[in-house]
Amino acid sequence: MNVHDILFYCFSIAMLVCGFLVIFSRNPVASALFLVLLFVFLAGLFVLLEAFFIAAIQVLVYAGAVMVLFLFVIMLLDIKASERRKFRALGVAGGIAVAAAFVWELKIILARPIKPLSVGSQELRGGLEQVVKPLFANYMLPFEVTALLLLVAMIGVVLLSRKELK
Amino acid sequence: MTTAITLNDYLIVSGLLFALGIAGIIIRRNALVIYMALEINLNAANLALVAFSKFNKLVDGQILAFFIIAIAAAEVAVGLAIIVALYRRKQTVSVDELTTMRL
Amino acid sequence: MNHLIYMYGTDWGMGRFPICSVWILLFSPLVAAALITLVTGKNKALSAALSIGAILLSFTLSLRLFWLFAFKGIQHQPHPFPWLVIGNSVRIEFGMTTDALALLMLLVVTGVGSAIHFYSLGYMKGDPGFSRFFACMSLFTFSMLGIVISSNFIQIFIFWELVGVSSYLLIGFWFEKPSAAEAGKKAFLTTRIGDVGMMLGILLLWSHAHTFEFAELKARLPSLDLSIGTLALIGVLIFTGAMGKSAQVPLHVWLPDAMEGPTPVSALIHAATMVAAGVYMLCRVSWLILPSETALWLIAWIGGITALMAASIAIAQNDIKRILAYSTLSQLGYMVMAVGLGGPTQAMFHLTTHAFFKALLFLGAGSVIIALHHEQDIWKMGGLWKKTPITFWTFVIGTLALAGVPPLSGFYSKDEILLLAFERNQPLFLIAVATAFLTAYYMGREVFVVFCGKPRDQHAYDHAHESPLVMTAPLIFLALFSIITGWYSKVPDFLGPPHEAERHSLLLTGGLIAVPVFGFIVALRLYWKPDPSDAPVKAALGKLWTLVENKYYFDELYHWIIKYVQGTIATTCDVFDRWILQRLGIGGLSVGTGLLGRTVRLLQTGSISGYAFFFGLGATVIIYYVVVR
Repeated sequence: MNVHDILFYCFSIAMLVCGFLVIFSRNPVASALFLVLLFVFLAGLFVLLEAFFIAAIQVLVYAGAVMVLFLFVIMLLDIKASERRKFRALGVAGGIAVAAAFVWELKIILARPIKPLSVGSQELRGGLEQVVKPLFANYMLPFEVTALLLLVAMIGVVLLSRKELK
Repeated sequence: MTTAITLNDYLIVSGLLFALGIAGIIIRRNALVIYMALEINLNAANLALVAFSKFNKLVDGQILAFFIIAIAAAEVAVGLAIIVALYRRKQTVSVDELTTMRL
Repeated sequence: MNHLIYMYGTDWGMGRFPICSVWILLFSPLVAAALITLVTGKNKALSAALSIGAILLSFTLSLRLFWLFAFKGIQHQPHPFPWLVIGNSVRIEFGMTTDALALLMLLVVTGVGSAIHFYSLGYMKGDPGFSRFFACMSLFTFSMLGIVISSNFIQIFIFWELVGVSSYLLIGFWFEKPSAAEAGKKAFLTTRIGDVGMMLGILLLWSHAHTFEFAELKARLPSLDLSIGTLALIGVLIFTGAMGKSAQVPLHVWLPDAMEGPTPVSALIHAATMVAAGVYMLCRVSWLILPSETALWLIAWIGGITALMAASIAIAQNDIKRILAYSTLSQLGYMVMAVGLGGPTQAMFHLTTHAFFKALLFLGAGSVIIALHHEQDIWKMGGLWKKTPITFWTFVIGTLALAGVPPLSGFYSKDEILLLAFERNQPLFLIAVATAFLTAYYMGREVFVVFCGKPRDQHAYDHAHESPLVMTAPLIFLALFSIITGWYSKVPDFLGPPHEAERHSLLLTGGLIAVPVFGFIVALRLYWKPDPSDAPVKAALGKLWTLVENKYYFDELYHWIIKYVQGTIATTCDVFDRWILQRLGIGGLSVGTGLLGRTVRLLQTGSISGYAFFFGLGATVIIYYVVVR
């Protein structure tokens, strides 16, 4: 068992524990902070997969931008009321049932041999170039559409955040 | 660097994370936390995509993950804005009290 | 022999007779009707003047056309223009036929029509619907002229229906009277039954020949190789239309009820012209009917039966106009029978003479009715000849003409038909003779009861007066024509090759003259007394009298059919509709949908967690079915 494997197990287990804590923390602030941790561990897994670019934007966008947004909103809203709320047995049971069903199906699927439809010829070496080049070639249109989407989201947020929402 | 970690291992982690996200969406009442759980789901998908990309030697998985991150950012912004607007109206973020869609 | 002149828009020549005159002839009554309805409705005098002016214009132009055709041998025929073209298969033209048949009919329609329009001035005086009446009359004239000049089946059918509409409007002219409104409805619906048959016939013919044009059909009919059955079916179906319009058994029931309309209407529409449209149409398409023995046989027998049956009903009627209505039925039966016996020429001849004397009789009856302030029961009249001499004498002329007494017109035309029947079909000849006898008898009865004897309603008698000149002048005009139209022996020749002049024995002709005389004598014996009554005849005929008095129970039969047969069908349909379709089908669907909706509504809790749960569950189930299984 080499360092790579050890790191994989560490990151995976830590990430799942964080995920668990995100869901079962009473305090949304705690949830948010565990979520940051989850993102960081996930970025670690991306590094292990030699997807350095994705790992970087995972940290930048998620841990940086998205989580700051979450925390701002949590601060903005009064969260004391929801702190006292207890979990409802029915909800917990339902959630766990669906999750369990999903995991069971996953187990059956993964037990089968997986055959990829196509396999690339050349080893991915994690550099920026390999990921970014197709982004500006094959995936040019989706890329631009994403830019447009972000603009629309921005306008939408401004509109929604106005005091008098009509 | 040789390693014993296979694609299946990554997929198992991804699947478990996804299951956690689903459970969170169903269990939690706080709209903010439901959003967080949704983010977990998206990240689980990202992990699977990047793992596929790595093991199948195709860069497309990573690119898809990139798009998912971008869209998630937009979605979170809009979603949180909606929650804020909702809170101004109803003074709550608990989905239990947001039942105006019921007949 | 005749020059056929097709007239195009630019050609204003040939006989110094503007080509558009045929169009003016047709459309001037329509213009009058439109103007009266839209503009001059308030001004009664102007409305009447417009209407009368229009028909006089048509009459003048008809005369001119007739004169040119008959004496100069020039036939003016406007070029048809395409009216409705659908793809390559259907081409309907709006054309005009101005052959001998059409010209004669034009003369009859506009001539009799003019007289009746004038008469209406007096008859309708003071009626609140005066302008409306003239508008309807003009509309009717237009429609009737349209039938006459039609050059194809679709055109004739359109005008046919237009005539039906204007007839409906005029029968129900006094629509505030329930019986008049009912009569209008009855006429419209009954003729509609015939029209459906006619339409089927037209379509059936089209499906074989792919054209509606008379001229083309006539030329191509022999080359079409239609089977005998098809030919007979087409003939009979088209005859059905004539059966409705010309009120032949069993679709005759509307005509007597149509007498609810104003008397000039009865004269114009339900005696002289519209009901003759059926006969005219049969003559127009005689080339279609003549090849089929079956159709001819059926037409002849229906005509004969109608003639006899209507004549027998007429002997027991008490309404002055109804007697004439049944007489009209009977005479129409003669004409149809003549067509069925292969003599459209004879039918047209009788149509022409009949138009004059029947219009005369109706107008005379109208004059009597006006004189007695709208009294129509003949048993409340009597002794009127002193009070209304002009009406009386013209009425007598009409009666003699109708009965076929020489030398009046009816004798010549009826004689032709009777001789035709004698040659071709002896049983029908007997029927026709019996009818002729009955005709003389019931007309004698009417004349004696109405005009002779002593007044039975002294009050009405005292107030009776001769009608004004505007009414008596048309009477005299029509009486004149009732006398002379038969003399002009060219009328039948005019229409076609002369009937082969067989030498009939003097005995036959003498016998035919004796029949109406005999009828008059019987009527004279029974009703020529100060206080006539039906009692002796009633006693003599017994049950038969009840039968004819009730018009052979046709109305009752139809009532019964409608009540029970149609009623049963309607009830069944109603039950099916109400219980099967409405309750089970639509109701079941709606109740089921409602229940389903109410059930499904329970799932809509408004709880996002709940939705998320079902969403996740659904997703896992789909994954299970798509991937795992």
